[in-house]
Amino acid sequence: MNFTNFGRYILLLKSVFRRPEKLKIYLKEIAKQMDYVGVGSLGLIAIISTFIGAVMTLQIAFQLVSDFIPKTIIGSVNRDSSILELSPTISAIVLAGKIGSAISSEIGSMRVTEQIDALEIMGINAPGYLILPKIISGITMVPMLVIISMFLSITGGYIGGSVSGAVTPAEYIQGITTDFNPYTITVALVKAFVFGFIITSVPAYEGFYVRGGALEVSQASTRAVVISCISILACDYIVTQLLL
Amino acid sequence: MIEIKDIYKSFSGNNVLQGISGKFEEGVTNLIIGGSGSGKTTLLKCMVGLHQPDSGSVLYDGRDFTPMTYEQRIEVRKEIGMLFQGSALFDSMTVEENIMFPLNMFTDQTRSEKIDRVNFCLERVNLAGKNKLFPAELSGGMKKRVGIARAISMNPKYLFCDEPNSGLDPKTSIVIDELIQEITEEYKTTTIVVTHDMNSVMGIGDYILFLHEGKKFWEGSNKEIAHTDIKELNDFVFASRFMKAAKDKF
Repeated sequence: MNFTNFGRYILLLKSVFRRPEKLKIYLKEIAKQMDYVGVGSLGLIAIISTFIGAVMTLQIAFQLVSDFIPKTIIGSVNRDSSILELSPTISAIVLAGKIGSAISSEIGSMRVTEQIDALEIMGINAPGYLILPKIISGITMVPMLVIISMFLSITGGYIGGSVSGAVTPAEYIQGITTDFNPYTITVALVKAFVFGFIITSVPAYEGFYVRGGALEVSQASTRAVVISCISILACDYIVTQLLL
Repeated sequence: MIEIKDIYKSFSGNNVLQGISGKFEEGVTNLIIGGSGSGKTTLLKCMVGLHQPDSGSVLYDGRDFTPMTYEQRIEVRKEIGMLFQGSALFDSMTVEENIMFPLNMFTDQTRSEKIDRVNFCLERVNLAGKNKLFPAELSGGMKKRVGIARAISMNPKYLFCDEPNSGLDPKTSIVIDELIQEITEEYKTTTIVVTHDMNSVMGIGDYILFLHEGKKFWEGSNKEIAHTDIKELNDFVFASRFMKAAKDKF
């Protein structure tokens, strides 16, 4: 995203946050988007988180070769890694692929088929009507998905450790309950909030300014996912630096 | 009435519109015609505010649209209905929801009042009973008619139609043209149709503005268009062998 694009992105966001024409219609649209972003992504996030948690346990166990380090460490490392990094970041990158490309394609198709022009002509604030419900659903549902992801990742670690014998259930549970710092949850939720905003607003921008036809819509969709992923990783670093 | 005064518009140094002026009266079908690339769609987009002209003004019953703020434009746009070239129906909504959409956004009518209005508009375009169909289930001509129904749902004072006949067979084109003309006369709308379809020109062109290479070359009615000695206009009107033969015969 160069400076011109960044400027246009900011101007688009300014239009997005104009006063809605009719709140009732917007609320209906927000509920629809929350269902799509939240409920629609639940299965995918559940599968990914559980497996990542299980794999993490095996890898930590593989690297802990010293007899001086207690095996309860496996649980605590898995817990902190899942909460602070894996659940928010991996979930966000997966969601950028799933939701980001869908948002970009949907809005891009509406642009090339003049549906956005039709909204403008009717006197409707097209950025507000199309993008605001998506951003609100992103900043509310992504943190919720991340909370579920944290729980499932830690549970996945428990299952993976128990099945493989890398760590006993008792040691794992002792590990995840020892020296828990609740502040890590706050950091993860701040990250999830920021990622939720990026996942929805960047693809919406890419779709909104598409010019051309089907080819340009697909290119915008690819660009949206790539830019979202890079932005997520950059913001991940910034938020971590600021909060830890 | 809509009046345009000295409209200029360029894109990246390419002058698309060069000082276009004209008056479009209410209750008559006004046509903007010209070949591909002549600037007619750009002119239409400047008139409805999808493009900002470089200079010049667009007056809706004396109200200058071009310098208006976003909020002021919204008020004028509530009086505008537009039929797009590709119909621009919302894919995710049924026919009923498409027509009801502006009513939901801008009126406080009850649901039954809105349904009555939707049914009235659908009957007006001969599509009664098609409420629950999705745009993907409609033919090209039906989509255009739903587009017209949506455009008239808010009782617009100004009706814009961008290439209403593109992609339609001649018979369906005539149905659409007649529908536009009937609505114009019935509701006394100021109707502006952008087209390059000669059947439309001869059939419904009460007032015609001919553009060529971004300039206004001629204005008049469909009764006068065949009797001019302007080469560019004659090249456009009599481009087909049929029209040429008809001219030679009469």
